[in-house]
Amino acid sequence: MAIQVEHELHKRRRGRNLGLGLVLAAFVAMVFGLTMVKVARTDFSNAPKAAGGDK
Amino acid sequence: MSDASINTETDPLEAEFGDFLALLKPRVMSLVVFTAAVGLLAAPVPVHPFVAFCSVLFIAVGGGASGALNMWYDHDIDAVMKRTARRPIPAGKVSRGDALALGLTLSGFAVVMLGLAANWLAAGLLAFTIFFYAVVYTMWLKRWTPQNIVIGGAAGAFPPMIGWAVATGGVSVESVLMFALIFMWTPPHFWALALFMNSDYEAAGVPMLTVTHGRRATRRHILVYTLILAPLAIGTGFTAISGPIYLAVSVLLNLAFVKGAVDILRRDETHAVADKYRVEKRFFALSLLYLFLHFGAILAEAALRPWGLGGW
Repeated sequence: MAIQVEHELHKRRRGRNLGLGLVLAAFVAMVFGLTMVKVARTDFSNAPKAAGGDK
Repeated sequence: MSDASINTETDPLEAEFGDFLALLKPRVMSLVVFTAAVGLLAAPVPVHPFVAFCSVLFIAVGGGASGALNMWYDHDIDAVMKRTARRPIPAGKVSRGDALALGLTLSGFAVVMLGLAANWLAAGLLAFTIFFYAVVYTMWLKRWTPQNIVIGGAAGAFPPMIGWAVATGGVSVESVLMFALIFMWTPPHFWALALFMNSDYEAAGVPMLTVTHGRRATRRHILVYTLILAPLAIGTGFTAISGPIYLAVSVLLNLAFVKGAVDILRRDETHAVADKYRVEKRFFALSLLYLFLHFGAILAEAALRPWGLGGW
């Protein structure tokens, strides 16, 4: 029997790792996007007040 | 075992990426995504599109996580039932431990991320939904009472309420009505399925109404719940999330749904077996369309509102 360089198992494992990698990359992009949206918001109500801050 | 056999044997638990996705019940997830998105878009408070997208995704991941926990706990039932025997755990593709780990991890992840992206009320509702589906329904009700899907239906009814909470940060009459619509729709939908899949539930020892009280009683129950559902669905047509489109769609669908339930009641088992449960299967298909079109109509009303066309 010929020796298989790559077993079917390795293909499955690679698919799984690739899928997980893509999920993680998407998650990073999502957290970055959410951060940008939240930082860009102008309606913050809990921003520190200027009065009393300057000494 | 020779060295060669070690290298050629395939580990039955070496899962593919798709097997883990299957644990999340993608078809149920699609319903969760749709109803949560409608709840979010129908709300009177605008949400940034990216926040809305992420929130719906986290709600879907939470729903998927509860599906994985359900498959982890119900592996014995799933193996017996024809409909579920090919799920990743009974098929030997994913181990129970992996399913549990995935379910717990994604549950925590989805709740925390929804809290950070939207608000903590929405996150709390999502956490409660996961708890309700995985613990109250799967571990307790499903194997104990024929009312399992009546009470357990609440888990599937929460997504539009969570979507609404993402936008408004609260709960209101409209979101409760969207919840009630799915909650009351669930029993007739699943009992119709149980009528033509009865042998499955019987073999697995799940106390579905068809198994404990018989088919005659199930047919009666379908009609009773449909008669309660109809005024509730049509009544929603007079609230702020609705308008003429919803009302027209709802009246037509409810007429068809009540007629379908009456047809189911009128049949006896001899007729049903003879035509392979044609009426019951048609009612089940109609029930899917029923929910999709009701929420589609709410979405249409919300989409047309900016042009002064949707709503009352």
